[in-house]
Amino acid sequence: MSFLELDRVAKQFGPQTVVDDFSLAVGKGEFISFLGPSGCGKTTTLQMIAGFLDPSRGAIRLEGRDLTAVQPAKRGLGIVFQSYALFPHMTAAENVAFGLEMRRVPRVERDERVRATLAMVGLAGYEDRYPRRMSGGQQQRVALARALVIQPSVLLLDEPLSNLDAKLREGMQIELRQIQRNLGTTTVLVTHDQNEAMSLSDRIVVMSQGRIEQIGTPQETYERPASAFVSQFLGKTNDFTATIDRTAVSARLVAGSWSGPAPAGVRGPVTISIRPERIGFGDAGLAAKIVTRIFQGNHWLFQCESECGPAIVIRQNDGRPQPAEGEAVRLAWRPEDMSLRDAGGPA
Amino acid sequence: MSAAIDTAPANPAPAADTRDTRAAWALTAPALMLFVGVLLIPLAMTVMLSFHDWGQYKGIEPVFILKNWHEVATDPYFAEMFWRTFRIALLTTLITAVLGAPEAYILNRMSGRWKSLFLLVILGPLLISVVARTLGWALLFGGTNGLVNKLLMSLGLIGSPVPFMFTETGMVVALAHVMMPFMVLSVWAALQRVDPQIENAALSLGAGPLTIIRRIVLPQIMPGVLSGAIIVFSLSASAFATPAIIGGRRLKVAATLAYDEFLNTLNWPLGAAVAVLLLVALVMIVVGSNALIERRYAELFR
Repeated sequence: MSFLELDRVAKQFGPQTVVDDFSLAVGKGEFISFLGPSGCGKTTTLQMIAGFLDPSRGAIRLEGRDLTAVQPAKRGLGIVFQSYALFPHMTAAENVAFGLEMRRVPRVERDERVRATLAMVGLAGYEDRYPRRMSGGQQQRVALARALVIQPSVLLLDEPLSNLDAKLREGMQIELRQIQRNLGTTTVLVTHDQNEAMSLSDRIVVMSQGRIEQIGTPQETYERPASAFVSQFLGKTNDFTATIDRTAVSARLVAGSWSGPAPAGVRGPVTISIRPERIGFGDAGLAAKIVTRIFQGNHWLFQCESECGPAIVIRQNDGRPQPAEGEAVRLAWRPEDMSLRDAGGPA
Repeated sequence: MSAAIDTAPANPAPAADTRDTRAAWALTAPALMLFVGVLLIPLAMTVMLSFHDWGQYKGIEPVFILKNWHEVATDPYFAEMFWRTFRIALLTTLITAVLGAPEAYILNRMSGRWKSLFLLVILGPLLISVVARTLGWALLFGGTNGLVNKLLMSLGLIGSPVPFMFTETGMVVALAHVMMPFMVLSVWAALQRVDPQIENAALSLGAGPLTIIRRIVLPQIMPGVLSGAIIVFSLSASAFATPAIIGGRRLKVAATLAYDEFLNTLNWPLGAAVAVLLLVALVMIVVGSNALIERRYAELFR
């Protein structure tokens, strides 16, 4: 049985449907990310789990118990807000202690748990600081400690790292993942940052315009995107239109000068999608000319003009010589590295 | 060319400095002169006036005596006036705080169109003269002819008119009405700085609505309430029009007392002493409480 379950949840604001037909089962201890561009309904969904918004339709269940009937104050969920929403008139320790006070935890135990949780997020010794006198990263840790100290059944993170600079964000991602693994707290993260979703989560829910586009592990969503939206939102990709040539002995898939065996069941023109790092320069394949070549340390980025339109190629900087700008090349890839969809629409 | 650039920063810096200073003085001079001319000099003259002598037949004599100050300090008549002034100001402040803070909070939670409508309702009175607003109260409650009094009496709810005119209660009610926008605006400004997610955060940690108000919202808007209180207190203590209309001659406060000394008794030096004492007392109260507030809420003001 799943731990947290969303069953065909929908939310409407007036005539506008913000979330529609959202079904998801989260296992205990799982780290799930809602990923999508702003306005895709991911934060609305999180707020419905938290209880700040009531779903227009559908049910939210926690351990089989209907959550929608429970007051947000009684749900026992830990939430980290994008703005952290720390209480500015309380010290770090008072902020963290607030949830325990509300639960009437005795003073001695409360103090001990506050101290331990602050130490866990790396803020031992900062107990008496006021939020305003802490850096963004430290405030973020206080917010995390405040949400975790109540031992929530589910931890909800609403873009918690978006206000930190890139370097700090990377460090916090690793730390967040470690803390979550150690505590085993079921976690739902809302983010628009695909790298963050991929590096943190067990599974990603890719959303667009209020609907789920795909649910899968980071690898699945990256390697086998279910729709054009997913493949474009998760990293860079090359889309080419290909046709089926039935004149040969076995049907072949043709894109410009590239061709490969056509998978069974494919009929009309299709869109093939290949990640830039899976394309190599070979002797045969799609004819292209390199327009720009950019060196990025550990890899090279090539922008090419091919027979089938613009293409991006990423090659590992393995020390071997790479083609120069203006050079004519052939682009080749293994058939298993591409994903196919009907031309113009999702597969 | 390059030599000139190289040596440039070393020498002209002090020269530019003095030029800047001179320009700054020149630019501020007109405003400064106005400030000195219409505020500092009259204020100093009032202070000097309070030390002059006065007699019914001899008028003002420019000598230095402490007669007026001695009178103000010893005559219980003046003590009564000043106590009344500060009692009324304090009560007015309390009423505006108790009603204005929740008003601002509710206003802040309203959605778009309602918010602007009610903000206009609250600020509207500021567009009308204090005199007109106070006279409105007099029309409603002024003796047997007051509209509300007439209505209540004809309904048989009260036997005699509600005492309003020439009472401290009437003065406090009318002043609270006049001062309300200042309190609401001050609390409103403090509420704008409160993170909109903070109540949700407290909610998610298990706090009930009353706890959220008491433990989370109130401490954060307290600086706003207190600065509003300072504004309301000082404006109420020095208010003239409302006490003059509601209290009239029968119930004087410091401001109307000074006015009467100047224009009716024609004892300018005594009036000056009253006015200066009111000013000094107010400045001390405001500066003192402001310092206290800033120390107490240091972490919120940063």
